[in-house]
Order: sequence, then structure tokens, then C-alpha cells
Amino acid sequence: MTETTTGQNTDEKRTALYDEHAALGASFTDFGGWQMPLKYGSELAEHRAVRESAGLFDLSHMGEVWATGPNAAAFLDYALVGKLSAIAVGKAKYSLICAEDGGIIDDLIVYRVAEQDFLVVPNAGNAATVAAELEARRRAFGAGAEPEGIALRDASAETSLIAVQGPNAEAILLSVAGSEDHEDIRTLKYYAAIEADIAGVPVLLARTGYTGEDGFELFVGNELAAQLWKALETAGEGHGLVPCGLASRDSLRLEAGMPLYGNELSRERSPFAAGLGGVVALKSKEGDFVGRAALAAKKDDGEGTTSGQRLVGLRGLGRRAARSHYAVMKDGKQVGEITSGQPSPTLGYPVALAYVDIAHSAVGTKLDADLRGKAEPFEVIELPFYKRQK
Amino acid sequence: MSKVQTGLRYSEEHEWLDTTAAPAKIGVSQVAADALGDVVYLDLPEAGSTVTAGETCGEIESTKSVSDLYSPVSGTVAEVNQDAIDNPALVNEDPYGAGWLFTVEVSEEGPLMTAEEYASKNGGEL
Repeated sequence: MTETTTGQNTDEKRTALYDEHAALGASFTDFGGWQMPLKYGSELAEHRAVRESAGLFDLSHMGEVWATGPNAAAFLDYALVGKLSAIAVGKAKYSLICAEDGGIIDDLIVYRVAEQDFLVVPNAGNAATVAAELEARRRAFGAGAEPEGIALRDASAETSLIAVQGPNAEAILLSVAGSEDHEDIRTLKYYAAIEADIAGVPVLLARTGYTGEDGFELFVGNELAAQLWKALETAGEGHGLVPCGLASRDSLRLEAGMPLYGNELSRERSPFAAGLGGVVALKSKEGDFVGRAALAAKKDDGEGTTSGQRLVGLRGLGRRAARSHYAVMKDGKQVGEITSGQPSPTLGYPVALAYVDIAHSAVGTKLDADLRGKAEPFEVIELPFYKRQK
Repeated sequence: MSKVQTGLRYSEEHEWLDTTAAPAKIGVSQVAADALGDVVYLDLPEAGSTVTAGETCGEIESTKSVSDLYSPVSGTVAEVNQDAIDNPALVNEDPYGAGWLFTVEVSEEGPLMTAEEYASKNGGEL
């Protein structure tokens, strides 16, 4: 056994909920420069709790950048690849921020909180990069040092984010929500958000998540985060809720076929190769946007459909899991690379995401993963691996 | 805090060795099992094969990663724990008991620590 626990790095950032995690006996890990809970006990038990009842997650390491003003919608149309001006107030949209060459800088969720107020939520490790990139694009968009009609504010440092995920998430939220919010919470659609009172704490409550289950994400000021966390923990006691760390978050999102930045998504990959071509609004947006020319060319080249590589789901036919960076082989020749892989706790067989050459990407194709010199059989299958019964 | 069982000796690579049993019994420490996370697959040396102290003799796969298993002794493998192969969670649940891995007719021991030395180095609780 060569693996040992990592030492404490005092330079690492802590969320407003760090003391809660420590009190719950979390083992911590570094993620995007943050000391985050990896697990509290067994990551498999945490995973199962989310599939069967509910899990409580601290996502405060994620970024929060507000884009506001009369030109905010037009600015986001220019800065991101999607048509954000088309989001209705109270709704959210999954989008990407790409470089000029079409490479993915980050994937993010954009909430339209009011007509002129957008909340952009990038990943933890990319939050500072995205905030800086948006600011640079704001200047380019306005063609001057002080563009009018669009203000950016990086609220990452003062905002916490807590997720409640799983089939019992709604019941837990309702048990601590103000009665005036009950009807709105019950009828809240997937990828929509409202302002609500949860256990006496004002939050932005979104029906979003990264687990493949029904669930909510709650944006709250740091000063009230611990109070909200404790209230949700208590409210969840009778509903099977358990605190969950990053280990179960990763296995849950993989089963749900959701990409992770740094694994499936990177500057070296385009949205088309990642299977996210539908997020790129080449047709529906009239104006220019950053990366448009490169993305249009990639689309014309058929990247991800007739040329290059494509992200696929693989099912292990044996017992052994393939891991990130393992080679994907066909008849002894490398045709791709695993980006994420694990034994699926819910399905009972190994699953993996991999970039493979288009020629070998069709569902049903038999491939091998090179497991440290041994060929382990896998098969391309439809994504997601796991889909909840509604 | 992970438990370090007294009366056993430990390798640098987190295996424990019990020479009060004959043949000697080998497993991994709870410190290691906790660091690995939930164990889901064991690749153990076969009965009758020879193992060499300090060299890899198998793999332990958890939900998140794969780690090499090193033999703390040289000798011939007498028995492997089929229960642990069938239910790898035993390594997490009872690393010093039902989660043992294999036994060896020892010809030579590698460098080993007492439980006290291992605990002070790896932060376990005696």
C-alpha cells in the first residue's frame, strides 16, 4: 500500500462550513485550492443515501459572479457560447465559456434572477479565471475601459452554496420553509430558482444539482451558512439525510453522465467533442461571441460527429474499473483515453467516460481499457448510465 | 481516529503481520483502509505462489483509486481469504479480523515496525 493521508496545507482555503465538517468527523481533501470534505464515513453509504433518501453537500467552493445592468443579457450572449438573453426570469441555463480557439475554459450555470440580474456560477478551480475572463470580455464588449450598462461583481468570497439532493429533498425543504413559500417550492421546475425563506434564512433556492436526483441548491451569505446547514441537517434527520463529501459527489455525477471540468472538459476539448454541441448557439445567436469562428469551423468539420474524438460512456464487462488517463484500446491499438472511471455503486458494474476516435464511438462497440498492462473489456453504452425514475 | 491494533507488526506500506498465527497472517492497517475509502476489489496472490518482502503481490481497488499491495515478508502463500475477495468491504469493516488478506509460510521478514512505532508515524490510535 503506497497511499497515505495528505498533510495539512495551511495555504488552502476553507469554506464558512469548515467547522461543521470537522465536527462531523470529515476527512478533508484539496479541491481547487479548497479544503473540502471528501467523505464523513463511507462514501458508498453517502452515495446510496442520495439515491434512496437525501444528501447534504457543501458547494461553497464554487464561484458566484453577478452580471447586472441593462446590457447584462447582451454581454453574456457575447461572453458565453449560449443564448443567455433567452433565459426567462427565474430560470437557469447550463452554458460554457470558451476561448477564441473554441477550447472550453469552464462549464457553468447562469441564473436569471431578475430582468437585468444574472448569477454566473463557475467551478471552484476556475472561479478566479472565469471572473477575470468575464471582466476582460466586458471591456472588449464595451470597446472601452468603462463600458456602460453592464456591471460585474465577483461575490464568490462572501457566498456559500449548500445542496440538498435526493428523492426526499423536497420534503426536507418544505419542512423548514416559510409557509408562504411552500406552493412555490412544490411547483418549482428543474433549472429554475426563487428567493425563499428556509429556516428563517433568506436564500436563492434553485432546483438544480449534479447527482442525477431531484434536489436543490441554496445560495446564502457566509454569515448565515452554518445556521442554514444545521437547520437542514436537523430537518433531514427523519428523512434519511446524511452529509456527503466530494467522493460521493463524483460517483453520483459520473453515474448521471455529467462531465467534470478537468476530467471531461478542458481547454484541449471543444463542446462538440464533449457532446455539448447543443449548448453552442451558433444558429440562434445573431451577433458575434467569443470563440464563434473557431466553433463554427469545428462544427463544419464534423468534430464529435464524423471526425476527431467523441466523449462516450463505457460499461465494464468485467469487475475491474478503468481510471482517468488509462488508454482505451481496440485490437491492441490505442483509440482513446478514459477521463473518469469507477465502479458504479448503484448499477453494480464499472462505468467510465472516455474520449474515443469517432470510428469506435457507436453504442455497442466493444473496446478494452488498459488496466496497468491488462486488457479489461468494456462496451460503449448510451449516457447517462443512471437515470432516476420520475 | 483509525485504530492500530497492538500485538501486530506493521510495514512501511501499511500491511500488518501476525506471526502468532502459523502460517503468518497478513492484512492492511485501518489507517490505510480509511485512507483508501471503500474497498471494492481485491487482487491477491494465489495460494502456492511465492512473495518477496517489499515487493508488490497484488492490488487493492477502492471506489476512487487502485493501490499496490506489498508483501511484508518473503515466503510461500498458504491461503487467501476468499471471504474478503467475495466481500471486499470486510477490509474496511474489520481490517484486523475478518478482513485479513492472505497467509504465508515465512522464509524471511522485511523491515517491520511495532504497533507503537507505526501509530506514532501514521497517526493511528492504539
